Amino acid sequence: MRKEQLSRLKQMALKVREHCVRMSCSGGAFTGSALSCADLMVYLYGQFLSCDTGDPGRDYCFLSKGHAVPALYGTLAEMGVLRKERLSAHLSTSDDIYWHPNKNIPGVEFHSGSLGHLLPVAAGVALDCKLRGQGNRVVVILGDGELNEGSNWEACLLASACKLDNLIIIIDRNRFQANKKTEELVPLEPLEAKFRAFGLASETISGHDFEQMDELFFRIPLEHCRPSVIIAETVRGKGIPSIESRADRWFCNFPCEEVELLVKELHDTAGAGR
Amino acid sequence: MTSYQELLKDIALTDERFIVMTAENLASIRGIAGALGSRFVDTGIAEQSLVGMAAGLALRGRIPVVHALSTFLTMRAFEFIRTDVGIGNLTVKLCGGVPGFLSEANGPTHQALEDIALMRIIPSMNIFCPADEQELTLGLRQVLEHSGPFYIRLNHTKAVIEHDQDFKIGKAEVVFDGDDITILVYGMLFAEAVKARELLQTEGKNVRLLNMRTVKPVDEEAIIASARQTSLLVTLEDHFITGGLYSIVCEVLISRGINCKVLPIALENRWFKPALLPFVLEYEGFNGEKIAEKILKICQGGHQYATTSRINA
Repeated sequence: MRKEQLSRLKQMALKVREHCVRMSCSGGAFTGSALSCADLMVYLYGQFLSCDTGDPGRDYCFLSKGHAVPALYGTLAEMGVLRKERLSAHLSTSDDIYWHPNKNIPGVEFHSGSLGHLLPVAAGVALDCKLRGQGNRVVVILGDGELNEGSNWEACLLASACKLDNLIIIIDRNRFQANKKTEELVPLEPLEAKFRAFGLASETISGHDFEQMDELFFRIPLEHCRPSVIIAETVRGKGIPSIESRADRWFCNFPCEEVELLVKELHDTAGAGR
Repeated sequence: MTSYQELLKDIALTDERFIVMTAENLASIRGIAGALGSRFVDTGIAEQSLVGMAAGLALRGRIPVVHALSTFLTMRAFEFIRTDVGIGNLTVKLCGGVPGFLSEANGPTHQALEDIALMRIIPSMNIFCPADEQELTLGLRQVLEHSGPFYIRLNHTKAVIEHDQDFKIGKAEVVFDGDDITILVYGMLFAEAVKARELLQTEGKNVRLLNMRTVKPVDEEAIIASARQTSLLVTLEDHFITGGLYSIVCEVLISRGINCKVLPIALENRWFKPALLPFVLEYEGFNGEKIAEKILKICQGGHQYATTSRINA
């Protein structure tokens, strides 16, 4: 990855995180979950995918962990797909900027919010691209806690059976679910081995390292005729040390005055190169 | 007569939008798999993924025609139908096998007696309950080509009479006119309703028979006209009494402020005794003779109701 590309993605990620934090007051948002996948979103939309919804040959990106939508809103806003002014209507009836993605947001291919849904849906989209002999790539982002839902494993078996090597499943492995650490509630490890056992190709990277992402994503499909699973090791609340890796920072509704302090903390942290 | 699977195959072969899918239930589509090639998708025994995948295919402009047993399709995958197909208002056709009494000797695990209640509460959903295979094929093309989701209560029983060819979604078939009693029915009990009507006619009752065809959208005008023109409405269905045709008819009457006597013949708070179909109908009181008896008893009881009232058989 060229230096200027890396710098552009980092700048964009910082802005996306700022959007996430600013959406975390006056009603709040799932800040911790959004911040953990913010770099992944930025990389996917800003570097890897071609998601112009008017183009039939476009790539698809589905956010199955729908509650992380502030990262998606922020990314779409920074990409110029969603008008930034709309973000100020967060949670008001004057727009459709609410706690889960919906089709009234340009760039959102399908609504989500109920966990365990968009992997099967993405598999259907990937299957159709295959049937038509088209090269669209289909990405779906799942939370690690979301893997508690059996429908994901059903769909993994099916995607594997259908040899959907155009399907890319990204696990936002922040090791937390709503209230607890994943390994304390329903342990997932060894996770990579689980996906392999289901017939998918799987590798683990840091979900906050653009160069690692770039190296891995451009090798997709990781294996011939198999869907690719990328386990992205991430940190809940990434970018703001005071809220990082905290079980109680899934949903956040900060006092408005605190938001400015968190934004400052975000910028200070980025400036210090953390 | 062209069978369901022959017609579905013809429609799918001439229109690339169609994808025939199943969760490994081939009963209604055994002959289609080979002909459609990659546009036949068998997901294995996985109804949630079946419906989720169908939603994904529909997002790409396909029309998935999805097959699974009614119970597993509408209940195991309910949230996928409601959340993916329903909220998305996607053109996915959900074909439920062996609904209601057609599950025969399978037992309560296979008895879809709440499928209509579940499907009709989904805002964008439509429901087609053909009386027999002839009607299934009569309405199939319209139902498949209709924009938006449809639940089809598959029914391959043999037709006992020739149906009115003028099939319209949202329009009931007036099979016989009459001015004493109206029997409103859908699905496989249609044949028993025809028998019951014959028996009632010999008893001097003039019976109107309404085949509801699509219970959603329902033909409200046909219900209202019957309530005004006949003194008793009988709703007949192989479904729980809650949420099916009896509920639909009552909702229509109340919403229009119409007073009418309504006799529900349905399963009340219980599953049916599993057995071969003729035994089930006899045992549960749903064959033509038993239905006629129940209706006659009500007529002879001389009930006088001032408001829209349910009558107990």
